[in-house]
Parts: sequence; C-alpha cells; structure tokens
Amino acid sequence: MAEYKVQFEVFEGPLDLLLYLIKKEEVDIYEVNLTKLATQFIEYVDLMRQFDLEVAGEFLVMASTLMYIKSRELLPVDQQVAVEAEEEGEDPRWELIRQLVEYKKFKDAAAQLQTLEERQENVFPRLPGKIEFHTEAEPKKEQIGIFDLLNAVNSVLKRFQDKTAGQREIYEDKWTVSEKMEFVLKTITERSTVKFSELFATAANRAEVVCTFLALLELIRLKQLACLQPEPFAEIEVTKAVAPAAPAPDENGTTSEAPAETPAKATSPAETADDVDAGDEDAEEDIDDDDDDDDDEDDDEDDDEDDDEDEDEDEDGGDESVEPLKENPEAPEPPKS
Amino acid sequence: MELKFILESLLFSAQKPMSVKELRDILANAATAEDADEAAKPYKKTKEEDVIAALEELAREHEAAARSYRLACVAGAWQFVTQPEFSPWLKALVGVKNRPSRLSQAALETLAIIAYRQPITRAEVEQVRGVNVDGTMQTLLERGLVEQSGRAEVVGRPALYSTTPLFLEYFGLRGLEDLPAADELRRIPVEKPIAPVTADAGLATVPPEQLQLTDEAKPEAAEEQNPPAQQS
Repeated sequence: MAEYKVQFEVFEGPLDLLLYLIKKEEVDIYEVNLTKLATQFIEYVDLMRQFDLEVAGEFLVMASTLMYIKSRELLPVDQQVAVEAEEEGEDPRWELIRQLVEYKKFKDAAAQLQTLEERQENVFPRLPGKIEFHTEAEPKKEQIGIFDLLNAVNSVLKRFQDKTAGQREIYEDKWTVSEKMEFVLKTITERSTVKFSELFATAANRAEVVCTFLALLELIRLKQLACLQPEPFAEIEVTKAVAPAAPAPDENGTTSEAPAETPAKATSPAETADDVDAGDEDAEEDIDDDDDDDDDEDDDEDDDEDDDEDEDEDEDGGDESVEPLKENPEAPEPPKS
Repeated sequence: MELKFILESLLFSAQKPMSVKELRDILANAATAEDADEAAKPYKKTKEEDVIAALEELAREHEAAARSYRLACVAGAWQFVTQPEFSPWLKALVGVKNRPSRLSQAALETLAIIAYRQPITRAEVEQVRGVNVDGTMQTLLERGLVEQSGRAEVVGRPALYSTTPLFLEYFGLRGLEDLPAADELRRIPVEKPIAPVTADAGLATVPPEQLQLTDEAKPEAAEEQNPPAQQS
C-alpha cells in the first residue's frame, strides 16, 4: 500500500497517470486497450480516496471519459458507429489517444529540458577581468568642472534647436533619471571609457538629453563616475570613478602638477549633497534656457576665472556656487521645453 | 588576418557575451578609427552573415579540437564557455553558481509546452497537460522565464504567453530553433491513429457472445472511426 502512495505523488495529472499505466502494460500508446485502462484508472482513483488524498477534479473528468469509452465498447460495432456519427463525429477514444500522445511528447521534451538545465548548471562562461592598460600617465587627464559639462551638454542640445524652433511639442514623460542612470552605468560597464556625446547619441529630444544629463550629474555626485578631458579642447570622456577610499593619496602624488585643481574637485569629502544638488538645479536651468553663443562665452569666461575659485566655492557652500549662474535668467529667449 | 581569428580574439577578451551586431560594429569602428591599422580596414563593411559564418566555423573548429571549452551562442550572443565535465574543478575555483533552484516536473512540462507552442494561452496549456497550471504559470512568470506577450483575438481576449531571452540563457539555447526536437513539436501535426483501439479484450465483464466483435468487423470499424482531421 505504501508503495502506491509514493507513486501518487509524482503524477502531474490524469494524463500522467494514464501514461504510467500504459507504460506498465508495456504497449504502444496506439495499441493500448482503453477499456482495461479505464478499469485500472478507476482502481487508482479509488485508492486515492482510501488514502484520503484529495482527488482533483481532473481525475474525475478523466475517469468519466474512460467510463464513457468503456460503455460504448459494450455495444456492437454497427450500433456504435451510428451513435457516433450522430453525436459528435469524433471518436472519443482517438481523441484521448491523441491527447496522450501529445502530452507524452511534451513530457519527453520536458525531460530534455531538464537535462539541459542540469548541463547548463555546470557550464561556466569565460569572464575575463577588465584589461587595464592604464599607467601613471593616465591620471594627467584634466578633471573638469560643472561648466565644462554644461558647455558640452549645450552643444548636444544644439542638435535639437533647429528642428524644434518655433514649435512646441508635448512629449510623454518617458524617461526617468533613475532609468537613465542605469543606462549610463551599463554603458560604462561595457566599455571603460565613453565619450560624452556618445551617451546622448540615441537621445530623441531635449527632454531625453536633459534626463540623461541629470543622471550623469547624479552619478558624478555619488562618485560613481568621473569626467575627464584627455587634452585641452578634446571631447569630455566619462569613466568609472576610481574607488573613493584609496585614490586620494595616489592622486595627490601623481597629479602634483596641478594639485590645486584635482584633489579639490575629485576627492573633497567636504562636498555635501546640497552643494551638488544646487549644481543640478543650475544645470537644469541652464539647459532650459536656450543659450546663445553669448552665454556660452560667458560661461567660458566664468570657467576660466572660476576654475580655481569654483572648487573653493563648492567646498564653502552651495549659496555661492549658484552665483555665477545668475546671469542665465537674463538669457534672451524663454525656455522652450 | 582572417575574420574568424579576429572574432576569436574579441570574444576571448570580451567582458560579456557579444551579439553579432556588436561584433560587426567593433569591426567597423576599428576600421574607421583615425589611427586605424591597415590590417583593420578591409573589415570595415563586414556583413552580419559573414560574421555568423565565421563564428560558426570557429565553433566547429573548437568542437573538433575537443578542448575543455567551446564557443557557445546563447540567446543570440556568443561567448566562450567551459565544457560541463570540468565543473568539479571550476566549482572549486569560482564557487557554486548563483542559480535559483531547479524547476519542478510540473514547471518543466508547462515551460516545454509554452516554449514549443508560443504564443499560447493558459487554457491551451491546460488542455495539453490536462491539469490546472495557475500555480506553475505563476512560478514561471516570477522567475522571468515566461512573459505575457499579447492577447489572443478570441472571445475573452485571453493573455498569450511566450518565453523570454532568460529562458534561452537558463537552458543555454541559441534560439527557439535550438530546442530539442523542435521541428516535431513546435506546431503539432495531428498523428493519424496507426491502429484502431481494440475493444475485444479486457472488458470488465466479457460481453455476451453476440456482441463480440468479429474479425471482419474490425478493419471496417477502423476505417470508419478514423477521424478525417483534427483541429489542435
């Protein structure tokens, strides 16, 4: 009796049980004797009751189908055919066999999938570490400030200026900053260094550019990314930030040529979140204003003057860092988006 | 430089599985860079078919060389993977893979039906399996192996389900064509009954003599009982 109990637990349903019974008979599904099968099936269902196993409705449906088939078999063949043609035109026996064959095939396919699953568990991909070619020469790249980034994003935004001049379009708010952060991080993980403009290559409109840019700023604030310029006037490159704890002394050592700039910007721990948040808002304003060339120049000047001061301000507090951007509200054109 | 070896070197150093498109873009980038090497230029306009052909040749070569690793294409992306036989040592090296528990028999059956017949409604799956699949479907959806891919244009507009790219990754399949016995199972032809079901033996009570089937009656019955065609 206990033997049966164990067997019941593995049946996935009435079809599974039928297949088991057929297998026990050691005959082909097509040749199985359904009336005999019906008797066995019902015996099993009775057994299930004895064991107080909950007999699922599906088993009862199958039992009744089998009973129907069996009862039909009691009639002589000529009468059988007549009844069948009248009723549904389909032999319930064939219907059942077809279902069994189909189920059997999928059961076999499932077994093959299981083999694949086990096999795949033991397959290990080659995941090489990042190839590091960086030597001491690398850190000489200029750390860049917020204004360089603003200039860069403005030039990206110019792409949309011509197209949308005089037009207003209402966009669906499709992009979120957090989504874009994931996108930026993913891009950076795939390739160690990405050009600034490449991050915006797929952007379809201003709103998306703004979103990506905000994401970029946020990641810089979180010290996940660093922006570097390989040489003056070259395009800004975005890379993964060096681990925040270790590099501080290193950078001081290696970038001794420009000690005033880099450490302050890159590793000043005094920089609070508020400071940068202020910066973010500025950035937004700046993007919203359609910057003329004048503005760009202004920014450039600011940049030159502020390069050193700017860093100091950042350390001092957020209030002052807003200051240079007060010029922006004077920008001639109203915001467009 | 032969294309397949260039691709081999790329895949050898790549941090992640590479799709054919990504590989082709790299070839184009290498050729158009400012300081492009002369050797890289001829591959500027390599076609995707050529990349695929080269990769397949490479995979065959690796297979033939019977090394401990092979070039595999999983869900459309190529990468080098080790052969499963070497897992005891690799497990010692990198630790056991962080993989969810294996799928149950019920889940595997349901997944197989969806994989071969997608897109498919829940009711159709239940029809094949003969049991309710609500629970297993939920598991498969939660594990991201199956997703809702639309709605069937029939009464009630039931949800249609398909497998996800994660399904291919999970089983290490290149694509749906790569499923075992795909041709046979994908769109099921209805099998004709080879022999009719015999009714003369095994009845619970033996029918009276006049009701017994005669030998002549049987083939006749077989012919008439063969249904013409089945809708699946």
